[in-house]
Amino acid sequence: MPTRLLADRATDLVLVVLGVSVVVFLLMRMIPGDAVAIMLGANTEITPERLAALRARFGLDQPLLAQYLAWAGAALSGDLGTSLWTGRPVAEEIAAHAGVTLQLLAMSLAFGAALAVPAGCAMARVRGGAADVALRVATIAGITVPSFWLGIVMILAAASLAPWFPAVGHVPFAQDPIGNLQRMALPTLALGLPILASLSRLVRTAMLDALGQDYVRTARAKGLSERRVVYRHALRNALLPFVTSVGITAGYLFGGAIVVEQVFALPGIGRLVLGAISERNYPLVQATILMVTVGFVVVNFAVDMLYAAIDPRVRR
Amino acid sequence: MSLVAALRGHRLLSFALALVALQVVLALLAPWIAPHDPLAQVVVRRLKPPDAISWLGTDQLGRDNLSRILHGYRASLAISGGAVALSLVVGGAIGMVAALRRGWTDRIAMRLMDVVFAFPLMLLAIGIVAVLGPMPWTTGLAIAVVYTPIFARLVRAPALVVAQSEYVAGARAIGASDARILLRHMLPNLASILLVQASLLLSAAILVEASLSFLGLGTQPPTPSLGLMLSEGRNFLMLGPWSAIFAGLAILFLSFGFNLLGDALRDTLDPRLSKLA
Repeated sequence: MPTRLLADRATDLVLVVLGVSVVVFLLMRMIPGDAVAIMLGANTEITPERLAALRARFGLDQPLLAQYLAWAGAALSGDLGTSLWTGRPVAEEIAAHAGVTLQLLAMSLAFGAALAVPAGCAMARVRGGAADVALRVATIAGITVPSFWLGIVMILAAASLAPWFPAVGHVPFAQDPIGNLQRMALPTLALGLPILASLSRLVRTAMLDALGQDYVRTARAKGLSERRVVYRHALRNALLPFVTSVGITAGYLFGGAIVVEQVFALPGIGRLVLGAISERNYPLVQATILMVTVGFVVVNFAVDMLYAAIDPRVRR
Repeated sequence: MSLVAALRGHRLLSFALALVALQVVLALLAPWIAPHDPLAQVVVRRLKPPDAISWLGTDQLGRDNLSRILHGYRASLAISGGAVALSLVVGGAIGMVAALRRGWTDRIAMRLMDVVFAFPLMLLAIGIVAVLGPMPWTTGLAIAVVYTPIFARLVRAPALVVAQSEYVAGARAIGASDARILLRHMLPNLASILLVQASLLLSAAILVEASLSFLGLGTQPPTPSLGLMLSEGRNFLMLGPWSAIFAGLAILFLSFGFNLLGDALRDTLDPRLSKLA
């Protein structure tokens, strides 16, 4: 890969991360009312002296730019602040909850992406007529079904059809691998089905595009079987847009995960952030948004680089 | 009449349009057609299954599900529709101005859009609502903010092509102002792209609004809201799942209608794509 491209993209990456940190910083400065008074909590009597002391402790009496630099500098060295309620470092809290969310994301993405390829290829072979319209309507319904509603319906179905099945809650994989996978099965389905629908639509469009290309006609003219034409020749090229969109899908999937975690009572990042919001634990909210977003920016950067490595046309 | 003529031969588009129109009309007429007061609690009729009095059953406080869903449509459409309109105007303007001016304006504007786009959509929306407090307008604003870069990025590429066209050069030669070029020459050429995307994003915004309300970061009780009905119904799932089931179906139909509409519009407005689809 040319170093020029890598350098350009790396500069973009740094600028975006910088911008993200500014947005997160300013967002937390927009809290109406006195954030410090909120932080003192309901149990402490609020006196002007206490407020001033706390303001000085958090550096809130400094100019905005100085505050940002102090905060960003600390974040760069790994200090994201401490949780207001537990007093533990925020980074520790995030790390403790990240595993569940990552497992959920990985499982639903694997489920959706793995099934989307054969489903999309099958859909590309059915063209025109009633079957085509039915498939199209079905995939749109799949994309627009609210995953949290799907989760609730699944819990309801499991409770009446298989009452013994542990549908909600969480046990760590290390402690009880089978119990862990059982409890992750329904959330994975609820989150993965919309992904399956949207990705298989994408594979279908890309396949139809690929099937119209000259090399496919050549392959057919050579007398190759339709199966071989579809899976060996067209699919390889159809998979390229698929790879990039999987990266984008991951970001979208995270939004769904926040809600699905709530439905299935999974102790992941979503629950962490929502709990922090209801406790007005702003340092934790701030750090979680920053960490998760930077994580996604880095992952998308990696996917971009992977894409450039696979597809010579992107390299220029 | 001309609408009927135009729709002849576009069965999917007609169907989508009818589905959307039906739901919009139901939402607009909710205060008049809802069979009961959506806030009235009938203590003796709690968690009832569908019957002759309440066609879709009642919730945990004995409120009529159908009436609450009709009013919920209103809230959902008002918030997500307002959010998409705002992001369409702001994001569309940013994308078009960036394409017309190019240079530093373009670079700075699009970098700012990249920054907002970098956030996972729901996470930024949650952050904004958390900071401003959960109210209908903050939910709408949060959705508008996260959608703005989508419109800006979407419009910029085709706007660049339009901005290079001879008729824009011609308009400039006779001394047309930037504002006139944007509104009279560029906007009409980008309208179909914006229309399709607005419909698709409205479909997604309905889901985002429902999710935020479900999480307690949108419409607040006792105001009827589809997302809220789901989260309240969830606690009484085993006793009476009807409010959760029907509220979810309502969200699905609403979001589905706009998605299908956007999809069918894209085919109709862009014949090049319909060969593929």
